[in-house]
Amino acid sequence: MTHSPGKPVIRARSLNKYYGDFHALKDVSLDVGEGERLVICGPSGSGKSTLIRCFNALEFHQSGTLSVGGIEVHEDSREIIRLRQEVGMVFQQFNLFPHLTVLENLTIGPTKVLKVPQAEAEAAARLYLGRVHIPDQADKYPHQLSGGQQQRVAIARSLCMKSRVILFDEPTSALDPEMINEVLDVMVELADTGMTMVVVTHEMGFARKVADRVVFMAEGEILEIDTPESFFRNPKTARGRDFLDKILQH
Amino acid sequence: MTRIKRLHWGDWLILAGIAGVCVFLVLRVQGTLEYKWRWGDIPRYILAYDASTHAWFANMLLQGLLMTLRISIFASVLALILGIVLGLGRTARSLAVRLLARTYLELLRNVPPVVIIFIFYFFLSAPLIDALRIDFWARAIARSDHAAVWTFFFGDMRRFSQLVSGTIVLALFESAFVGEIVRAGIESVGRGQREAANSIGMTHFQSMRFIILPQAMRKIMPPMANQFIMLIKDSSIVSLISVQELTFKTLELVSSTRMIFEGWLTAAAFYFVISFSFSRYFARKERKFRLSP
Repeated sequence: MTHSPGKPVIRARSLNKYYGDFHALKDVSLDVGEGERLVICGPSGSGKSTLIRCFNALEFHQSGTLSVGGIEVHEDSREIIRLRQEVGMVFQQFNLFPHLTVLENLTIGPTKVLKVPQAEAEAAARLYLGRVHIPDQADKYPHQLSGGQQQRVAIARSLCMKSRVILFDEPTSALDPEMINEVLDVMVELADTGMTMVVVTHEMGFARKVADRVVFMAEGEILEIDTPESFFRNPKTARGRDFLDKILQH
Repeated sequence: MTRIKRLHWGDWLILAGIAGVCVFLVLRVQGTLEYKWRWGDIPRYILAYDASTHAWFANMLLQGLLMTLRISIFASVLALILGIVLGLGRTARSLAVRLLARTYLELLRNVPPVVIIFIFYFFLSAPLIDALRIDFWARAIARSDHAAVWTFFFGDMRRFSQLVSGTIVLALFESAFVGEIVRAGIESVGRGQREAANSIGMTHFQSMRFIILPQAMRKIMPPMANQFIMLIKDSSIVSLISVQELTFKTLELVSSTRMIFEGWLTAAAFYFVISFSFSRYFARKERKFRLSP
C-alpha cells in the first residue's frame, strides 16, 4: 500500500552539520508529509540519527533551513519547547525515567508540560499502555520490565504527548532478538492509525511492510529516496546495492 | 585478597607495643609535668545540680555539645540549599553563571578555612546581623513568655546572633563542597535522560526539577552524609568567632580549671561519639537504600 503523502510536516532544505571537521550532514533536503511513514537506512555513521535528532532540536544544523510542524528550527528559537511537544522521539536506549513508575513516566509530560489534569493524564496513559499491550505493568519501575516492554512504554510515552510526528532512532537495535518483533508489531499498528513516523532502522522487513518511502543515506548524504519495493528490488546506486547485500545476505 | 578475621601472635605484639607507648605517655605526663588527673570533676561540667532551684542543668560541656549539634543541623540545611544552587550554577548553560560558581568554589578551596571563617564573619555575617537587628529581636524573645520553646531549638536567645553567624559562616564554607557533590550527581545522570526530558517538551528548569535532580539526589546521598559528618567536625572552627559551641566551651573550661587533658579528651570523645554514630547510622541506611530499587 503506497500512501500519498499530505502537505509536508517536516521540510528540510540543504541542511549541513559539522562536528568540528567532520561533515555529518551534507546538503540534506527532505520532505516528510502528514501521515507519511518514512524509513531512513544506511551504514553506521551515515548521519541518519543526526538528521532525525535535528528534527526535534536535540541537535542543530549549521546551514540550510528546517521547518517542523510550521516552526523554523534554529538554535536561538524560542519555539523549541513547542516544537518538541509536537514531535515525539523514541530512543535506541529507551531512556525511560528510572525513578518513576511506568504510569508516572507516561503522565509526567502531559501533567507538567501540557498541564493536563492528573486523572485525565492517567486515563490516557492506561489507554496507551493497552495500545502497546502492557496494560498491567503501570505500577512497576522501568528496571522491572524487559527491554521490549521498556521500549513499548517509551512509545506510549510519545503517544501520551499527542505528538503529530514520532521519530524512532534505531528503536530495536538495543533489544534481544526475541523482543524485536513485539516492538515492531506495536510500530506497525501505530502506522495503521495514520501517525506520521520517521524511523531510522535496519529492520528491512518493517520497511517493506509499512514504509511509504525509504531514504538511503551514506556519509552524511541522501543517496536515494524511493518506494520500498523499488529500493529493495533495484537500488539505483552502487552504495545502496552494497548496503543491501550486506544486510540481506543472511 | 582474602581478609584475615583473627588476630595472630604478631598482631598481639603490635597491639601490646601501642598500649606500652600509651602507658608511657600517661606516666610521663604524670611524672614530669606532675599532672594531677581530676577525672572526677568532669561529670559536673557536663550535668550539674543547682541546689537553689533543685534542678539539673546542662553545664559548659553539654551546653557546648548542644550548640555544636544545633549549629551543625542548621548549617547543614542551609549548606544543602546553597550547595544545590551552586551545583546548578556549576552545570548551568550560561557562561557567566558557571564562572561565578567556579570562582566561589576555587576561592573557598584555596584559602585556609580559618581565614575564610574570619572573612565571612566580618564581611558578611556581622553586618547582616546588625542590619537585620537580630540581636535586638532575639533579646526581646528572651524576655517574652514563650522563651522556652525558642531556647529548646536555638539555645540561649541572648546568644542567638552568635548561633546565626556560626550557622551562616559554616554553611557558606561547606556549601562549596556540597556544591561539588551536587554537580557530580547532576553530571552522573546520563545524557539520554536529559534528551528524553527535552523530547517530551520539558524546559531546562522542568527537566532539572522532575528528571535530573531526583535521580542525582539518590546518587549523592552517601557523599552528602559524609559531608555532614565533616561539617560536624568543621564546626569547631566557629569557636574562633566566639560561637559558644563545644570547642569554645572546652577552651573556656580548660583555661578556668586547668583540666587540660581531661577537658580536651572529653571534647574529643563527644565529637567522636556524634560523628561515629552518624557514620554508622548512614552506613546502615545506605545498605538498605542500595537493596531497595
